[in-house]
Amino acid sequence: MSGVNRRGVLAGLTALGAGACSDLHKTKTAQDVFRTAEDWHRAAHRLLAGRERLAPEYRPDQRSSDMRGNGSLTVDSDFYREQLANGFADWQLQVTGLVAEPLSLSIDDIRALPQRSQITRHDCVEGWSAIAEWRGPQLGTLLDRAQLRPEANFIVFRCADTLYGRPYYESIDLVDAYHPQTIIAHELNGAALPEKNGAPLRMRIERHLGYKHAKYLTAIEAVASLDDIGGGKGGLWEDIAGYQWYAGI
Amino acid sequence: MKRHALSTRLWHWVNAGALVVLFMSGLTISNAHRRLYWGNYGFDPADAWLHVMRFPGWITLPARYNLAAARDWHNTAALVFAFGLLAIWLAMVANGHFRRDLATSARDWTFGAWRTALAQKGTAGMPYNPLQKLAYGALFALVLPLMVATGLAMSPGFEPFAPWLVDVLGGRQSARSIHFITTWALVGFVVGHVALTLVSGPVRLIGAMVHGGRREETGA
Repeated sequence: MSGVNRRGVLAGLTALGAGACSDLHKTKTAQDVFRTAEDWHRAAHRLLAGRERLAPEYRPDQRSSDMRGNGSLTVDSDFYREQLANGFADWQLQVTGLVAEPLSLSIDDIRALPQRSQITRHDCVEGWSAIAEWRGPQLGTLLDRAQLRPEANFIVFRCADTLYGRPYYESIDLVDAYHPQTIIAHELNGAALPEKNGAPLRMRIERHLGYKHAKYLTAIEAVASLDDIGGGKGGLWEDIAGYQWYAGI
Repeated sequence: MKRHALSTRLWHWVNAGALVVLFMSGLTISNAHRRLYWGNYGFDPADAWLHVMRFPGWITLPARYNLAAARDWHNTAALVFAFGLLAIWLAMVANGHFRRDLATSARDWTFGAWRTALAQKGTAGMPYNPLQKLAYGALFALVLPLMVATGLAMSPGFEPFAPWLVDVLGGRQSARSIHFITTWALVGFVVGHVALTLVSGPVRLIGAMVHGGRREETGA
């Protein structure tokens, strides 16, 4: 066999192998294995870090010069532009779903709740990090006031922004919902939350990557199952791009 | 006595497969944000110490950019890699492979011993020569554990358990940079490892890593 032919055969085999590998992740077996691995990571993290262990908090001088905006940088609606101009005077956050006392809170109502401030690091799934100070009430406070019902297993975050024509949403389990650093932030570095970072309200869920931290928050919904929400995978990125629902890895 | 214990052979091939998956999916993850930084944060091009090339599709997993799939491959193979490393350490301490073939003594750390090792024809004998011991020692004690440590340090769900790990590595973005650098140290090892196998009798050596082979004492 000539050298050229041998190279041709080798190249063909490599391409075949690469092609096969390339689509392997779409098979049901691969997906089952991946989801099992994701569950193991989550179980290991929960075992080691428990429900309460905190993500590191930093000193003011350790903050980055800016908090990068990523994903949606605004909401494309007249209502949003009008609210942005008037300080979100008519913005309401609904707390609904499997709660005994549904709530509807204005920004002033949210500011009047007990607050937590935290200087934490935001890690994007892409690889970059930024450090900033966030301030707002703990999600647990809202869930307690709304009297979460025992059937609730997940908390879904509804957002005003859209990506690829679909409304953004995210979800977490109750361990993350009641984690002390899970807050509804209305301030960034001592000022009202900027437009690019999710004004007027966004989630901070510090033991997860950035795509869990839903921005432009309009509603918090307690549910028993994620199956009937959006595409059923617990978040917009999970639905459209196959991102991991557990974003602690 | 066999040249390679069953535990060594199993780990070798399973780990080789895991490393290929980790390397190729890792290059996809690198493509997601092609800048490296030192310290805890970093996103600004002005703060980057390295602008990384875009790795082409023929060497990434999957071939067509898909960050979610790459992370699935990476996080799954990482479990095989990390628990495999733990298992082989336990096995080689328990079966004496570590003490017999890998652990160095004072005379392995002399220039004379290294000269003798370099002059030696082939690298097929047991126990390993001083340079092989140092290379495998650095691999098992430094390079492979550092890959696991820097990988764990990038995980926001693991960090609350061991925040000191991120601090020791110099911050989250430093851990990411060290993960990247150590990858290429490991690639260098694999290239040297394969090259030395090819010049030292590949059929016999690869065969021995499959069926165990026969142990040939060098009398060193």
